[in-house]
Amino acid sequence: MYRSHVLVCGGTGCTSSHSSEIIEALESELKAKGLENEIKVIKTGCFGLCALGPIMIVYPEGCFYSEVKVEDVPEIVEEHLLKGRMVKRLIYDETITKDEIKPLSETNFYKKQNRIALRNCGVIDPESIEEYIAMDGYQALAKALTEMTPEEVIQVVKDSGLRGRGGGGFPTGLKWSFTAKNAADQKYVVCNADEGDPGAFMDRSVLEGDPHCIVEAMTICGYATGATEGYVYVRAEYPIAVNRLDKAIKDARENGLLGKNIFNSGFDFDLHIRLGAGAFVCGEETALMTSIEGNRGEPRPRPPYPAVKGLFGKPTTENNVETFANIPQIILNGAEFFSSMGTEKSAGTKVFALGGKINNTGLVEVPMGTTLREVIEDIGGGIPNGKKFKAAQTGGPSGGCIPASLMDTPIDYDNLTAIGCMMGSGGLIVMDEDNCMVDIAKFFLDFTVDESCGKCTPCRIGTKRMMEILEKITDGKATLADLDELEKLAYYIKENSLCGLGQTAPNPVLATLRFFKDEYIAHIVDKKCPAGVCKALLSYTIEADKCKGCTLCSRKCPVGAISGAVKEAHTIDTSKCIKCGVCMDSCKFGAIIKK
Amino acid sequence: MKSLEELMAIRDKAKASMTDREGNGDAIRVVVGMATCGIAAGARPVLNAFVEEVAKRGLKNVTVAQTGCIGMCQYEPIVEVFVPGKEKVTYVKMTPENVPEIVANHIVNGNPVIEKTVGANFKN
Repeated sequence: MYRSHVLVCGGTGCTSSHSSEIIEALESELKAKGLENEIKVIKTGCFGLCALGPIMIVYPEGCFYSEVKVEDVPEIVEEHLLKGRMVKRLIYDETITKDEIKPLSETNFYKKQNRIALRNCGVIDPESIEEYIAMDGYQALAKALTEMTPEEVIQVVKDSGLRGRGGGGFPTGLKWSFTAKNAADQKYVVCNADEGDPGAFMDRSVLEGDPHCIVEAMTICGYATGATEGYVYVRAEYPIAVNRLDKAIKDARENGLLGKNIFNSGFDFDLHIRLGAGAFVCGEETALMTSIEGNRGEPRPRPPYPAVKGLFGKPTTENNVETFANIPQIILNGAEFFSSMGTEKSAGTKVFALGGKINNTGLVEVPMGTTLREVIEDIGGGIPNGKKFKAAQTGGPSGGCIPASLMDTPIDYDNLTAIGCMMGSGGLIVMDEDNCMVDIAKFFLDFTVDESCGKCTPCRIGTKRMMEILEKITDGKATLADLDELEKLAYYIKENSLCGLGQTAPNPVLATLRFFKDEYIAHIVDKKCPAGVCKALLSYTIEADKCKGCTLCSRKCPVGAISGAVKEAHTIDTSKCIKCGVCMDSCKFGAIIKK
Repeated sequence: MKSLEELMAIRDKAKASMTDREGNGDAIRVVVGMATCGIAAGARPVLNAFVEEVAKRGLKNVTVAQTGCIGMCQYEPIVEVFVPGKEKVTYVKMTPENVPEIVANHIVNGNPVIEKTVGANFKN
């Protein structure tokens, strides 16, 4: 029996800031002090507050240490674990009031969250099947297999109102029922863990923090739809997630939770992992299945839909990681439990990966219908450096953006679609006044140009042509006619592309055109970039009255574009200037301006 | 895994070892002074005895924690018991042998063990 549990985050974020070394140091320090039988060290999944990592929580006090370094470990062991004095300088300041420790659940970051898909992330040891079972794991599977018919399982999922969390928002129960009614000698369940949107890491965190819930959910799905085999298609770039999932599958097999005759019900199910090599298009369901089959990851036309002819030509149900992560809770607690959360047409919660210009970078799960303002200001802690919020990008390269004027829109599938945006998989990139929206559109389009598989012409050539127009705009060489052409092309590509990648590729351009057309106009007509990002439209100048002639900028300039005598105002030769901004960063008198 | 009973058995066993990770606000708190003075006087075996006794009895509503120097070093090891809604009770000069009695009488049955409290032992 341990008197204290020390939880250290082993998610990718904290691992990259050396949490594994912290665990090693902790274990050797505890051993040196003879505490290894009193204090248990547990490596968990992501806590969500990645901005403050590496994170450590000490129970029973519930003391939340943030930004822990390996060098801090001896002090934590000596002071806190041995002598019971918390190391105040390392405690997350929001959790400490006078000498009281406030529960983490009461901090602004966690207060408005409601964790269903992430319920075990940062709570249990993801590599321990016992800890998952302790948190009611595999009970939903037992209930489904021993007390419910497959039809009843599907009905509960339908009634819960769960919709696909990968971005499309298709009702999950309905999807399952399509596969269930197609008779075949073999059916499959596929989990889409090919998370490709830049800035999104929800699925990775679920797999890293709670892999067993995916194993359990896929088995339930197999039972409901009549499938006996499942595949998880996960990116090879997620080594921690892959290892933990692999261990989870092995442990589940060993405990008879995968394999033959599970819970004596006569139902057999087994799971396999397939690694994706990182092509964005493989997140599209038909391309993903083609890739699992061992072929080049290219989409094919639908219909036939996967429910009719999917993996290896057999009826297949494909769901995203987060969708599956909700299933055990729905089966265990009933449809009502889930449908009571969120909005009328978008039940439940949604996980978002917060990134960009925001204080609390990390992973959050909020009920559907929470406003963007609550997510960014209350949970995310606002924009750093007192800057002004400009827009939030949702759905990555397939999504759009929500401008400041629509910050109070409740986030759900239908509201976002109504404003020309989309839910997407959950990446939420926050932008402030220093971001140029044309540049952002260019960034995402550049991504889809790279990732287009090349099978259909609108996507392969169309996105490239759009990209060229955008480059013309940011170079200050475009005319207003180009802008019309850009919009026309965008709609054409949307309507004529083969798969989701091409059909959504123009979204970032259309969304920014819709809300930030003035910025496009400024680039085209005034030849200015209002945010000061697009280099071709910028020029650096020295204000003579502020310049003290210290010569620092001329010494720093990598191309020798700045000249002037000591103690006299300097000037920049714009024909030589490469607009790197080094002079502006180095000037101590604020004499250099860009416009 | 062949039955729900089998699963529940694993669950109960695993859950018992995880109880102290639940932020339980209504729990009875046993706090052991674990500063240098406490440790020197033998607080560690007392702390471990509490953890074991609580686990042995399967008490779900009790957390055993440690704290720093309480201030009366000559009375260490000191243990404070906080029952929600009641005055805290401070036990002094504790030994592991006293622990089962305090858990049984005070924590389970609500009767503090008066002769081990600071009031009964305090001399001016």
